[in-house]
Parts: sequence; C-alpha cells; structure tokens
Amino acid sequence: MTTAATSTSKMAAEPAGGLRFYGVWLLGILVLIVLPMIFSSGGSLTSFSLIGIAIVFALSYNILLGQTGLLSFGHAVHYGLGGFAACHMMNAVVSHGWPIPLPFIPLFGGLGGLAFAVIIGWVMTKRAGTVFAMISLGIGELVASSSLILRSVFGGESGITTDRTALPKMLGWSFGPQLQVYYLIAFWLVLSAIAMYALTRTPLGRICNAVRDNPERVQFIGYDPHVVRYIAFCFAGFFAGIAGGLAAINFEIANSAYLGAIQSGLVLFSTFIGGTAFFFGPILGAILVTYLQLGLTNLTTAWQLYFGIIFIGIVMYSPGGIAGLLMMHRPLIRAGTLWTVIPSYLVAVVPTVALACGVILAIETVARFSGGDPINLFGIAFIATSPVTWLTAAILVVGGFFVARLAWRRIAEAWDKAATVARDRGYLA
Amino acid sequence: MSGAVSAAIEVRAVEKRFGNVGIIRDLNLSVAKGERHAIIGPNGAGKSTTFNLISGHIAPTSGEVRLNGDLISGLRPFEINRRGLSRSFQVTNVFARMTVWENVRCAVLWATGHRYAFWKNVDSLPEVRERTAQILDDIHLTHRRDVPAGLLTYAEQRELEIGITIASGATVVMLDEPTAGMSHAETDRAVALIRRLTEGKTLVIVEHDMSVVFGLADRISVLVYGHIITSGTPEEIRRDPKVKEAYLGEEAH
Repeated sequence: MTTAATSTSKMAAEPAGGLRFYGVWLLGILVLIVLPMIFSSGGSLTSFSLIGIAIVFALSYNILLGQTGLLSFGHAVHYGLGGFAACHMMNAVVSHGWPIPLPFIPLFGGLGGLAFAVIIGWVMTKRAGTVFAMISLGIGELVASSSLILRSVFGGESGITTDRTALPKMLGWSFGPQLQVYYLIAFWLVLSAIAMYALTRTPLGRICNAVRDNPERVQFIGYDPHVVRYIAFCFAGFFAGIAGGLAAINFEIANSAYLGAIQSGLVLFSTFIGGTAFFFGPILGAILVTYLQLGLTNLTTAWQLYFGIIFIGIVMYSPGGIAGLLMMHRPLIRAGTLWTVIPSYLVAVVPTVALACGVILAIETVARFSGGDPINLFGIAFIATSPVTWLTAAILVVGGFFVARLAWRRIAEAWDKAATVARDRGYLA
Repeated sequence: MSGAVSAAIEVRAVEKRFGNVGIIRDLNLSVAKGERHAIIGPNGAGKSTTFNLISGHIAPTSGEVRLNGDLISGLRPFEINRRGLSRSFQVTNVFARMTVWENVRCAVLWATGHRYAFWKNVDSLPEVRERTAQILDDIHLTHRRDVPAGLLTYAEQRELEIGITIASGATVVMLDEPTAGMSHAETDRAVALIRRLTEGKTLVIVEHDMSVVFGLADRISVLVYGHIITSGTPEEIRRDPKVKEAYLGEEAH
C-alpha cells in the first residue's frame, strides 16, 4: 500500500515510466471524450455527469484524508457553499449582463469553497485527529442549519434556483442539452484532477504526507504542521467548491441538502471505499458509490444497508480500499507469481457469490415481508413471505459461508507462498 | 558578553516542573561551538527532558536557553530548527509510510528554501535531489531508497533517524541515544557515522554506552536528578569522585 510514492518518484526518473504515466492520463481523457458516444442515452449522460462531479469531490476530500491525515465529517460544507456561490454568480451574470460564459462558473464555486476554508480553517486545523474530526462535524451541522435560517442567501427549504442557459454562449454552446453539460463537467474533472495530482508532487504535497505520518517530527525539520494542515484544508475547500459549482450547473439549483451530513458522509464513503493511499483510489470509489447509489435506489429500498455492509467490509478486511486491493498485486505481477494465486481466486468465486446472494435474499426478505414486489434475483422471482425463500436464503448463507471460508483460507495460503517468492526476488519489501 | 556568544548552546538556571514535581532544577550547561558534548546520567535523571527543553519540545518553567547567543526558550520547535538546531529522538521517529528517499527529502526541503511551495514540482529541484542523494549515501541507505521507512530494520531506522536530523544542514546537532538497542558492530558503524557527519558541527549527545561517550565526546556533563553536577573533559569526569559516587560507581561494580 505504500508503493504509491515509490512508483511516482521512479516514474519521474525513468523516461519509459514517464511515457506510461502520461499514457494513463491521456487514456483517461480519451475515455471521457468517447463515453457519451458509446452510451448516449439520457440516463447514462446524467449518470456520467454525477460521477464526474463525485470524482472531483472525492479527490478533494482525499487531500485531507489520504494526503494530510485529516478525517473530516463536514467536507460537504465547501461543496455546498461552492454550489450556492455558483448559483448566485450565475444569477448575477444574467441580471447584470456580465460577459462571463458558463464554463467559468465552477471557478466561482471553487472560490466560494475556498473563502469559507480560509476563514474557518485556521481554527479548525490547529489540531489534527479527534479534535479536527469533532470540529468539522460541528461546523458541518452549523452551516447546514444556518442555510435553512438565512433565507436571503440560501433560499430556505427550496434553495436557490438558476438557469444555466441564460448565460452568454461560448463557442455556440448553450449548455441546455445534458451532453454539453457532461463535457463541461468532464473538462473541469480533468483540469481539477491534474491540478490535484500535481499538488501531491510539490514540496507542500510531500510535507502533507509527512504531517499525516508524524506531525511531531515535522516540527523538527522546520515545518509548522498547523500551517501545512491549513493550506491543505484550503486546497480541499477550493476543489470541493468546484465540485459544488458543477453540481449547481448540472441541477440548476443549490439547496441545504448540498451541505448536509449525508453529503459529507457520502464523500467519506467514496474516498475510503476507493482507497486513500493512492491518488486514483477516490476516483474508483466515487465511480462505484455513485453508480451503486443510482442503481440500487431503483432496485431496493434497503440500498443504504448495502452501502453500510460494503463500507464495514472494506474497513475491516481491506483498509486500503479497492485501490489498495488492486495494488497489492503489483509486486506479484512484477515477480511473475500472480498466476499461482489466480486459481484460488477462481475457486473462491462460486461460494462467495452464493454467500452474497444468500445475504441479499435475507435482507430483501426482511425488507419486503410486509409487502412489496417479489425479489428478483438473476431472473428468479422469490416471494418474501414464502418459506421456500427463507430456506433458500438460509442454505446459501450458511453453506456459502462455510465453503467460502475454506476457499478464502486457500487464497491466503497461495498468497503467502507467492509473496514469499516475490520477496525473495526483491519485489516486495 | 562575548563568552555567551561563542557558546553554541547556553542553558542558564532552567527549571522544569510538572505540577509540583521538579524534573529539572537549576540546570546550567554551556556547549562551545564545534564541541562534541555528551550528557550522561542515571535513568530518570532528566536527559531526554533536557533535550526536549533545548529543542523546544517543551517550554521551561523558568530560566533561559540561548542558541548562538539568541534567546530560544519559549520558541516553537520549528522556529528553533530554522535557527540551525536539529535533534533526533530516542524512540525512532520517522515518516513510516513514506520511502527512505522521501523521508530525507522532506528534511531537506525547508533548508533549501522551498518551504510551503505548491507551485514547484518536487522532483525537478536539482539541489534538493543532490542533497538527498548525498545524505542517503552518507548514511549508507542508497540501496534502500524506495523502501517505506516503516519496513526498515531497526538499525537502518536509527541510521535514517540520524540522516533526517542532519539533512537540514543544522550547525547544532543533538542526538538522543543514537546507538540504543544496537549490537556492537552496529554501534561501531553508527559512531563512525556520527563522527563523520558532525565534522565541524556542534554535537550534543545523550548516550548510555560509556565506550561511545568516552570515545566520541570532547566534554561530558553529568546529570543527576535534573541537575548537572559537573562538566569536564572525559579525563576529568573519569577522575571526579562525585561522578563515581553518583553514576559510574553503580555501573563499575
């Protein structure tokens, strides 16, 4: 999990690695350009837009959590304030007739998020750890409740609405169609991601990592950890504000839900599930969580429960997140021992899927017992009140668990052997 | 007061109390520029506390500490560090998840003037790269440069600890038990390392291994119950009856 820093410093040193490095970014940009051409339905465009916003938001959160070691429970404050700033700016542009086209609006969202971070951050970042976490929670609640009271700024329950198409056109784009909004979001996503990645490669970015690892020692190499945390906090606020501005453009509204605890929780979820130790971790997390959120809400009323289970599973069994799981395999690939582990994975797939199906069936049975649609699992319909369903769920859970446990143990053994070989060959410290 | 200015470290009448308990009482210590000065004393005498007081980790209750003539007591650790005093820790205190290279590089950044810069690429700063490479070479960890510091062996971590401490180019270096827990061979290596790396600098060292102390130090101060009972050359300390009674006596028999 600690190979991130290593690989990036190597990349800078080796031209071949540099080529691969730029290749990854170019591939990402290409995917963003091509995606809406392959999936052009309105539904997928909306999903892609939301995912893009979520990625910027999660990456901004990881400046705090992964880079600087600050656990915030109120990051949505900057996102929300960015959203409100963008809405007010859009309305001001329209009413004053300023020549500012829509693509520049997210910048004002960023400035909104930054402004609040600059004001509140110095006090907040005085201490890290629990103190910071508690203050962030308090500030989050404070701002969320203020937004309902200060009606002139936040518009109360209904929020502030705006019309993105009323702004001056740019290159003939009105930004009415979702496709144009998607490209606007994709553009800001690329810009923000590059900026945030570059930030990790600066002296400040490196010292952020040092503050995360050992704030005490940082003081004895000349740095004030408070200042480091403060600057990091301001950057995180700025990029969260950009994400909020993009959301305001996408929905043409900003309301109190933007800055609330649920939004703050979601970004923590996404970032942690994706993995905080690698720059691309939050990207994976944001894609997965947003996709699940959109997909699961249509399928089941208990979608938050699944979120919770996934989150707990990651925290307990893979604290490095999805990115950590993936990157664990890198030394094995380099040492050429990955193939010895793959068969044990394949063996484990069947019982693990059976276990998962059993859990899903059990949850849905409880959720739909007092009425609801039949449970549709792989095209098979189960009735929640039928004992057959209960029995199937029980067999899958119990049977799946015992067989899966054996299979997982085999994975661990195969893994140990492969890792030992990799260690001998010098690919694993 | 030309005498005070010529001293690298001047501790005068420093007291430290935690509640009613006086840990350090009337501490006086003078370390000349370029001197290798060892502080010895029985366990619990307050050696590490003395280090913490000088380096700003804790503030003295009363008294004053001067670095090259400037008053530094009451300043924060990073402010003292920026004035040219660097210290290591008794318990290894590195950046565990970062690589050896990154550990040393972070310690180089402030001194090379890059501070909180967020507009420069850290990989394209030649003076930072050269200095980091030089330090890694000095502490013999070049071959381990890409290993996370937390995965180093204990002796390697101690060497890295020294590397981080000297990386800023501080003129006053304080090492807190640099050879603690090392084997004989490792200790010899570490002493040679310290001797070489602190050439021309002022060194203050806390050490339990008497062969290290007497082999390395120009002067020795003996700390007992938070008070320095005597300072002198190794020869003077060896002969001092007070020292024998308070400290060496217990260990010699």
